[in-house]
Parts: sequence; C-alpha cells; structure tokens
Amino acid sequence: MNDRATLVADVEVIRTPWNEFWRKFKRQKIGVVAGIFVVVLVAIAIAAPWIAPYDAENYFDYDQLNAAPSMAHWFGVDALGRDILSRILMGARISLAAGFVSVAAGAVVGTLLGLVAGYYEGWADRIIMRIADVLFAFPGILLAIGIVAILGGGEANVIVAVAIFSIPTFARLARGTTLGLKRLTFVEAVRSIGATNWTIISRHIFPGTVPAVIVYFSLRIGTSIITAASLSFLGMGAQPPTPEWGAMLDAARADMLTAPHEAIFPALAIFATVLAFNLLGDGLRDALDPRLDRR
Amino acid sequence: MTSPPASSPPDALLAIDGLCVEFGAPDDPVVAVRNLGFTIARGETVAVVGESGSGKSVTALAIMRLVEQGGGRIARGAIRFARSGGTIDLVRAPAATMRAIRGDEIAMIFQEPMTSLNPVMTAGAQIAESIALHQRKERTAARAEALRMLEAVRIPDARAILDRYPHQLSGGMRQRVMIAMALSCRPVLLIADEPTTALDVTVQARILALIATLVREMNTAVLFITHDMGVVAEVADRVVVMQGGRKVEEGPVTQIFAAPREPYTQTLLAAVPKLGALAGEDVPRKFGVEATARAPSPPASPSPIVLAPAAPAREDAPRAPILRVRDLCTRFEVHGGFFGRVQRRVYAVENVSFDVAAGETLSLVGESGCGKTTTGRSILRLVDVEAGAIEFEGHDLATLDAGAMRPLRRHLQMIFQDPFASLDPRVTVGFSIAEPLYIHGVARGAAAEARVADLLRRVGLDPAHARRYPHEFSGGQRQRIAIARALALEPRVIVADEAVSALDVSIRAQVVDLLLDLQHTLGVSYVFISHDMAIVERVSHRVAVMYLGQIVEIGPRRAVLGSPQHPYTRQLLAAVPVADPSRRRAQIELSSPDIPSPVRGVDDPPPSAPLVEVGPGHFVARHRVGAF
Repeated sequence: MNDRATLVADVEVIRTPWNEFWRKFKRQKIGVVAGIFVVVLVAIAIAAPWIAPYDAENYFDYDQLNAAPSMAHWFGVDALGRDILSRILMGARISLAAGFVSVAAGAVVGTLLGLVAGYYEGWADRIIMRIADVLFAFPGILLAIGIVAILGGGEANVIVAVAIFSIPTFARLARGTTLGLKRLTFVEAVRSIGATNWTIISRHIFPGTVPAVIVYFSLRIGTSIITAASLSFLGMGAQPPTPEWGAMLDAARADMLTAPHEAIFPALAIFATVLAFNLLGDGLRDALDPRLDRR
Repeated sequence: MTSPPASSPPDALLAIDGLCVEFGAPDDPVVAVRNLGFTIARGETVAVVGESGSGKSVTALAIMRLVEQGGGRIARGAIRFARSGGTIDLVRAPAATMRAIRGDEIAMIFQEPMTSLNPVMTAGAQIAESIALHQRKERTAARAEALRMLEAVRIPDARAILDRYPHQLSGGMRQRVMIAMALSCRPVLLIADEPTTALDVTVQARILALIATLVREMNTAVLFITHDMGVVAEVADRVVVMQGGRKVEEGPVTQIFAAPREPYTQTLLAAVPKLGALAGEDVPRKFGVEATARAPSPPASPSPIVLAPAAPAREDAPRAPILRVRDLCTRFEVHGGFFGRVQRRVYAVENVSFDVAAGETLSLVGESGCGKTTTGRSILRLVDVEAGAIEFEGHDLATLDAGAMRPLRRHLQMIFQDPFASLDPRVTVGFSIAEPLYIHGVARGAAAEARVADLLRRVGLDPAHARRYPHEFSGGQRQRIAIARALALEPRVIVADEAVSALDVSIRAQVVDLLLDLQHTLGVSYVFISHDMAIVERVSHRVAVMYLGQIVEIGPRRAVLGSPQHPYTRQLLAAVPVADPSRRRAQIELSSPDIPSPVRGVDDPPPSAPLVEVGPGHFVARHRVGAF
C-alpha cells in the first residue's frame, strides 16, 4: 500500500489536506446535493427581505383569511391574512441563525473544554466530564425548556439554551479525538523537540479534531433547528408576530383541519432543512473519516 | 528436508502458472502480481522473498483464494493443486471446494499473532474448532486432539494453555497456538506469511526451528513468505525472489546465496547486514563500501570512510562523555481493583548506568520489554524518571521540570521507529522540519526555508518536496524527513529508537549509511536502540545489552559481540539468523520459555548489583537477572 505513494513527486499538484477532502467529498453525490441545497437556503435567508413577495409581519389580507394556495399567494394565507411564503422565507433567517449561532457557540466552548480535558486529563478532565455527564442525563429538549424557564423566553435565550445543550457532545467528541491523537508518535516527536503544551494543542492536536467537529457541527445544526422550532411551538421561543417556523406550526394548529396548508408548508420547510443538514453531515463524514478510505 | 530439483511439474504438489492478480477498477487495474509461475513439491520448503509491495503476500492470498475478499481478483493464470482425487485448478474451484481445502489441505499462518486469534475464544477452543470442522470429531475428541497439538508445538504446560485466552499469552506462545491450529488437520501445504517478523529474535529462532521440525515430521510442504534473507537461508530449500509483482529469480537456496544471477538479488543480498562482518574492526562502517566492492576488506583499518573533517583522531584516547546516565530507574504503576489502587509495578528500567562520548554511538540492544525504549524516552524526559541521574552539559535532566528542560531539548533529539506515525499528517514536511527552528527561535521566514532546503538536500531529498505532505512519501523517505527534523537544531545527542527497523532492507542500508555520514560530518552522538544485532554491529562503537530492565553487559562493540560474556548476550547472538544456508544452526532448544515479565509487586524491585569489569571498558552482570 505504502508504495503507491512512492514519488508522485513529478505530478504538479500538491495534495494538501484540503485537496484530499475535496477529492473525496466530490464523490458523495447526495452530500453534494445537500450541500448545494444548504447554500441556496443560506442565500434565500440572506436575500429574504428583498425576494419575499409581501411583508411577512405587517401585510394583512383580510379578504382571504385561511385561503388555500393560489397564484397570488403560492403557499396560501394564514388565519390573520398573512402570506405564508413570505413568512417561511423570513423564517429561514431565524431558523438558520438559531441553528448556526447556537451550535457554533456550543462547538467552540465544547471543543475547547474537550481539548483541555483530553490533553491534561487528571482533575480538569474529571470535573469537565462529570459536568458533561450531568448535562447528558437530561433529555435535550427538557434541558432546553429548563434553561428557557430560568432565563425567560425569546429567541436569544433559545439560542443560549440550545448552545448549552450542545456543549457536552462537542466536549466528549473533542476529548475522545484528543486522547487518541495525544498517544500518537508525532505528538511525542513534537514534544521531544521542545514544543510547549499550547503549541502542541493548537498546532497539532486541534487540527486533528477539526474533521470530527465539522461533521458533528453539520449534523447538530439539524437537531438544533428542530429544538429551536420545538421551543417556539411550545410558546417559549420566538413570540408572535415573528415568522418562526415552529411558532407558525403552533398557530396553524387551530385550523389544521380546515386549512392544512398552514401547517404543511412550515413543516416541509423544517423537514427539508434538517434533512439537508443531516445528509450533508453524512457526506462530510464519509469524506473526512480516514477509516472509510485507506488509500 | 531434501528436495527434488526445481521445476518438475508432474509430481508437483502446487504449480502456479502465469498468475496475474489485479486490484482496483477493471478499466484501470493496479497489477499486484504479474505472470508469476513456480512449483512446490511435496515436503519441500519454498521461500518467496521480496520487499514490501513485491506481491508476495498477494500470491499467498491468491493460492488460498482469499484475495477476492481484499478487493483483488485473479485476472489470468492457473494454480494447480494435487489432491488425493486428482489435480484441480484452485483459480476455477467452486467456493465449497475451496472451503474444504482451506484449513484442511492448505493451512496458513499469519504475521500478526496478536490479531489473528479470536480474543474471546480460548486457545483450546480455537484449535478444537478447526479440528471439529474438518475432521468431524466430537467436542471431547477435538479437545483431546487440540491438547496433543499444543504438546506437539512444545508449549510448556499445554493443558493450562488450553483454557487461556489469547491476551493471556505472550507473542511467541500465540504464534505457537497459531501453528498448532494450522497443523491440526495435517495439511499437505502450509503457507507461512512472515510468521516470525513480529517476534523477538530468540523467539523467532525457536519458532523457525519448530516449524522446520514439524513439517519434517508431517512431510508438509511450506510456502514461506518473508522479507528477511537470514530467515530464508535458515529454512528454505528453494527460493523465489520477487520484485514489483514479478519473479526476478528462482533457484535452490545455496545457489541463490552463493551465486545470485540477477542484479536485484545481488543488491538484496548485499544490503543484508551480516553479523560478524565487522568482526575485526572497532568503528562503524557504511554498507555502501561493501555493497559495491565485495572484495575482502582490509582488516582493522582505522577508518574506512575518508571524509572526517569534524571528528578528528578517533583513537582509543578516552573522550569526555557528553551524556552520563547513573542508576536510572523508571517504573510504571499498574492500577487495578475497585478503587484503582496501585497493585503491581512495571520495573521497566532498573539501575541503568552508561556514558556516551561525543561523536560516539552507543547501542542499546535487547528484546521487547527489556526497557531499551523506556531508557531512551527517559533520557529525553518523555517519561517521568523514578530515580537516578542523567547528566548533560552540567544539568541533571532527571530532576529538571518541563520548563527548564525545554531549552535543553535543542541538544537532544529523537528519531522514532514508525516513520508513518512520527510526522503530523496535516502539516507539510517543510513545516515539520522547520518547527524545531521556530520553537527555539533559531530561524524564521526565509532563513528557516533555506535551512529546510539544506537539510532536505543533506538527507538526500529534493528541497522542492518541502511543500508536500507526509502521505506522499514512502517509508524510507519519511524516515529521512524525520532525520532531517532531528538534525535541524544541530543536536549533540540523537536517540534513534528502532529508527531503521520498519524499513525494507535496501532502504535500511541507505538510512544507516546516512546516519553514519552525518555522524562523521557533524560529530553527533547516537544512542541507537535496536533489537537487530547485525545493524547494531554496523553502527556502534559501544554496545549495552539490556535484559529485564537492566544492563547485563556493556562494552566496546568488538568485545561484546566478539567475546560475549553474559549468557543472555550469547543466546541473543546465537539466535540471529545467519544469511548463509551453508551455516544452518544445529539443534536449538524448542521449548524454552519466553522472556519473563518485568511486572512485579509494588515493593519488590528486581535485585541488581554493580557490573564486573572483564576487559578494558567491558562490564558484565554476575548477579542473577531473570532466567540468567
């Protein structure tokens, strides 16, 4: 096997880790499609105020309450006469922001704690991991509800709640990877040339945890979007008239039988977004996990 | 094992003809074996020898028809196998026939005894399983047969081993269990794929002798796959030399060794270090000198290498030691029980003392678990030292804290065994080499780049490769990169831990030559840790033999290897395979136990006493150490 690598030196391209990743990710057709979908979604969220056909919060068409989809209102109209398509487009901003910001905050804090716990072990490891175990003992949504109950409702607090319950997973993930990397010879080799602990962690161990964190990050965004939507659905997150997908579902409950489109379109939006992030995560894992490609 | 002359197809047990094995996509195949053909007669031992990637293991898997499971396929050719009912072609045999043949008529021993046994089954159950499967015996009968087989492979206390799990057995014992399993159905052909490569040299000698004895008793033919010419000389009747999937040369073992025709075979043989090649000399010598001109070397020439600007007058005059190790002890604690208390202790290094002079190579030799690697790691303080002193430039490294140790690391560097693991795969090799310069603030930017280019050139690589990543290099090239990194700070002492053990023989010779050249030009001292006596003879000025954490013999290389005083040193030297089929060893003890464990009670350190001087600078342990 190792001889295959023998001097591809004449080939011009230098195979950087980034090139390697891209070469493998390109083969993950579903992952690439999901990735494109996510990119489009982000573009829509950014452009929402300009592409939404109506004002999401302040446009009321009192003549067409609960009207089914039509040429004027593609996704129909809700109980207050607002255009559902516009609200879903604007809602993409909230859901993506909630998903991304909360997971990013959780990933940064969790990875740092995991690196420290895994590298130093000892008491730091014990304290960090016991706290993580306690957080793990709560079902995620229950923990989020508890945090929102303490901090009060609202979008910002939902993001904090989801971030906190993402921390232990990232901490465990980073700790596990760190424990594995720490025992490898190249880390010992770097220590033997006199590198400080900080150099070893930041330059040699952290980059090794990045692939796992990226994969989990993308998978976690899906979960977080669901959690944030669930909290809104339960009335603890975004408050009316904010066009949040979970809150829209909640509002649609009353007219579920007479106007099903009010529930179907927000639900579809949540479904498609979460599915896209999960498929993207699977694709990234297949491209980044060295165990799946030994070439 | 007398054999009929080569190429006698009618009475051949196995005849391989025009075999081609490919991997990868059918439209763009990677050809692993190309048009290979040779035969094995009944009771004959054929060695297939080659370096990594030569296709020797793939050939073995093709015979067993296991190559398909590894993603390969037999593209062309025939493997004719003579069964009791007539000759069949294994390439075209149905799966059911192959299942009946595998394990029963053709058995296989793998390289890695750690992973080729099932960890959740007892040794007895695993042997009995194969017996029950092929001979349709009941459980009790199969178990009785398993016991007989364990006794046949000379396992002491076989009845107890029957109920042990693999993790409770040493590597040598596991390989014996594998052999017992392979031979339990009395196969007509045994395929041994590097069966002793992972084992220590004394254990290897016993296992080789055991295989030879058993196949003679059972008249089993053996296909012996190895990279080690010493092992080939030891076991084979005939030799097939492979390179890049092709057969390079084939012939009786004496002819291959005495008069190799092909240049590749000649270089392979020239690169094999032969113990005793430097018998009359005090200083190390490169391979290059000998590989080109095999004329009798002038005896006792003071220095066969001409360039020696940095290291003047390497005479017998005692040079001041640069590194002094005194009564070094390194111990590890074994935690166990419900509360995780210290229950046992590994006495890895016990009262080890030695000096290393400037520009000198001291080799630490011994078998796995003898503490040689731990000694090297203790010197660099990669493990915590229990007691003793490590004096270097007026500091006692054993007592320094991590911060005080850091600036001194400039002068002490290490080369690791596995070149695939010792470089960070996520940074360029240029960065890996430059990193020590950055860390110690020696050079930055363009100056560092120039230094990296210079270092790469010095170890024989293209400076343009600095921007590449480790996975693009072969094992030998990576080890050169590791050496370049170790040299970056111009250290005084380099600890080379099995630095060439993982490399193919021809590359090993190049890297050893490189290390010797660098010692001459830079005057660096090496602590060379190795289990390979022939390499040690090549590189060292002085040798320390370690056993169970203690130095049992230390002295000038010529004295220690030439007139070994300690019984363990003698056993170690006797076990080294001799790459000369005309000098096969006489009978060796087949059942002697493997090396005892250095794990003892918490307050029960092994006894140690001062060494006794038996010659100038030559010291030997006279107290009892382990089995000696």
